[in-house]
Parts: sequence; C-alpha cells; structure tokens
Amino acid sequence: MAEEKSEGGLVFHPMDQFIVKPLFGDGPVSWYTPTNVTLWMGLAVLAIIALMVLGTRGRAIVPSRVQSIAELAYGFVYKMVEDVAGKDGVKYFPYIMTLFLFIVFANFLGLLPMSFTTTSHIAVTAVMAMAVFLAVTILGFVKHGAGFLSLFWISSAPLVLRPILAVIEIISYFVRPVSHSIRLAGNMMAGHAVIKVFAAFAALLAIAPLSILAITAIYALEVLVSFIQAYVFAILTCVYLKDALHPHH
Amino acid sequence: MATETADAGGAEAAGMPQLDFSTFPNQIFWLVVTLIIIYLVLSRVALPRIASVLAERQGTITNDIAAAEDLKQKAADAEAAYEKALADARAEAGRIAAEAKAEVQAEVDVAMQKADAEIAARTAESEAKITEIRAGAAEAVRDVATEAAEAVAAALGVKADSAAIKAAVEARTKG
Repeated sequence: MAEEKSEGGLVFHPMDQFIVKPLFGDGPVSWYTPTNVTLWMGLAVLAIIALMVLGTRGRAIVPSRVQSIAELAYGFVYKMVEDVAGKDGVKYFPYIMTLFLFIVFANFLGLLPMSFTTTSHIAVTAVMAMAVFLAVTILGFVKHGAGFLSLFWISSAPLVLRPILAVIEIISYFVRPVSHSIRLAGNMMAGHAVIKVFAAFAALLAIAPLSILAITAIYALEVLVSFIQAYVFAILTCVYLKDALHPHH
Repeated sequence: MATETADAGGAEAAGMPQLDFSTFPNQIFWLVVTLIIIYLVLSRVALPRIASVLAERQGTITNDIAAAEDLKQKAADAEAAYEKALADARAEAGRIAAEAKAEVQAEVDVAMQKADAEIAARTAESEAKITEIRAGAAEAVRDVATEAAEAVAAALGVKADSAAIKAAVEARTKG
C-alpha cells in the first residue's frame, strides 16, 4: 500500500493508486495499450462470469450457495427495473443488469489492497452516464416523438409558472449525466484516498493504532458505499428510463 | 502531450490522475470492450438461464402445491369413505342384530306355541286319563263293595240276591 513512501518523512501519495499505467513496460498509454484498467476490468468480467455463468451451471431447482447469490442479484435488479421503470421497462433489464454488475464488481475488486478501482475514474463513469443519458433521450423521442418534450412542461403547475419550471427542468435534465457520473467516481475516489491517507499516518508510531482502527472503519464504510453506489447508479438509470417511457407526469 | 503526461504519471501522480485526459481513450476503449462482453455473456447465457431456472422452480412449487392439495383432497375423501363405511357397517350390524333377534323371537314364539300346544294336549290327555282313572276307581269301588257285600252276606248266611246287592251298592255309592 505504502510502497511510494520515502524513508523517514511522512509522504502522502493518496492519488497514486489511481494512476493508469501500462501492464507491460513503461511506454505511453495509447487507446489500445493493455493497462491496469484492462486488468481490473478483465477481472470484473471474470468475476461476473464466475458468479452468473459458472455459479448457475447446475440449473438446480434447489440452488447451491453461488447460484442463490446469482438468483438474488437477478431478482434484485429485475424487481428494481419492474418497480421503477414499469412493466414495459423490463425489456431493458439486461442493460441495467450489465451496468449494475459491472459497477458492483469493479467497486468491490477496487477494495482489494493494491488493486485499481476502475469506477473511480470519471472517464469510465462519464461514459456510462452519457450512454444512459443518450440512450434514454433517443428512446424518449423515438417512443413519443415531440411528446417527449412534455416531460419539461409540467401540466399540473399553474400556467404562469410553467415556462420557469420548464427552464429548471431542462437544466436539471442536462445536469443528470454529470451528477450521475461524478456521484459514483467521487464516492469511490474519496473513500480510497481517505484510506490511503490513514495508511500513511500508520507510519507514525504514536497514532498507528488509531490510524489502523480508522482504516478498518473507513473500509467497512467503503464496502457499504461500493454496493450503495452501484445500486444508486442502477436505480437512477431506471428512473431516467421511466421518464423516457412515460414522460407525462 | 499524451506521452509526456503518461510518463510523468508513471512515477507519481501530478494532480488528479482522473483528469489526465491522455488516458481517457484507453479507459473508454477498455470500458466499452468490458461492457460489451458483460452484456453478451449476461443476455446470451446467464440471464436466460437464471430466468428459466426461476420459472422452473415456480412451476415446480405450483405443481407441488397442487399435488399437495390433491393429496389432501384424497385424504379427506378416504376419511369420508372410511366414516361412511364405518356408519354402513354399524347400520348393517344393527340390522343383522335386529334380524337375528326377530328370527330368534319368531323361533321362540313358535317353540312357545308348540310347547303351549303340547302342554295343553298333555294336560287334556292327563285330564282324560284322570277322568278315566277316576271312573275306573269308582267302578272298582263298586265291584269291591259288591264283592264285599256278597262276601258279608254269605258270611252272615243270608242268601242274598246278587242283583239286589248290586242295586244296594249302587244306591250307596252314588251319593
């Protein structure tokens, strides 16, 4: 964890863990270079395959432990999509399941010591958030045409207020992908940086026990945050999907 | 620019590595690859499989519940049949007992009548015999009396006419 620490002095490098570097050699990072991003995303893919494919290969009526976890994940996300986006949102369930599983596994793998947290990078979360934003906006216009714009025209409000509300609604609509992506990346980055800062403090003998206790506590919190942020990302995707499918309030 | 920043970031992060735009194409490329792989694995293999397992389980549970209902109904039917058989058997037993009783009663009645008739016949016979005996006894008394009278008359030396003696005896014994 503290391999960057120089002798004697207290040196913080809380952000070093987020550096994208090539897996082999020390060359430049071009778009196709296998980097630690590749490694940890690949591990997330393998973990997902292990849980969702290998875990369910028994197809048992009475499930094994791994299979019940896979079924639990399936049921959890399926119910969320159905409850939030409605019955007609169910056909987008595989996409939301993909996002949820990727984020949850990337977050949890990022909690391993020495690991790299792919979801702490704004590039990653912004791509996912923009993909959701664009998909939902296009879907809304395809399904409802210009009627999708009624999302911004709140018919239950007094007529005078409607133009003002429309402006606010439009601004909040375009802020969605920003908050959607920064919420996840910010949470992951902050938690990991804080752990790293406490880890640096552990080098001082006087406050080492306190620091280790703090790392333990923050780690427990991070486990919770890892799941909650994946859940929040998925449920917000469902909410946006609901707006696209049913723009009339 | 990309080369410089990446090289600088190799040892120590300058500012936030998140804002090092030179790594963005790399991250975005691998993210897209990752998401496509996950999506294909989930939509082609994992999700249909889990959905079928869940549906199958639901079906099995529904079937089992239906089978349980069926068996419960069968058990109730069997119990009802048992109760009915028991009631029938009781009724039959009662009927047979009553029949047997009636039969025995009839036999007893017949036997009683027969016995009564026999008793009556015997009684009548006995009465007839008694009457006969009584008549016979009277006759015998009369004979004995006549003989005794004749003997007494002979002993007394009285010459007595047997017809007169008979008449006298008859007259005496009558009362």
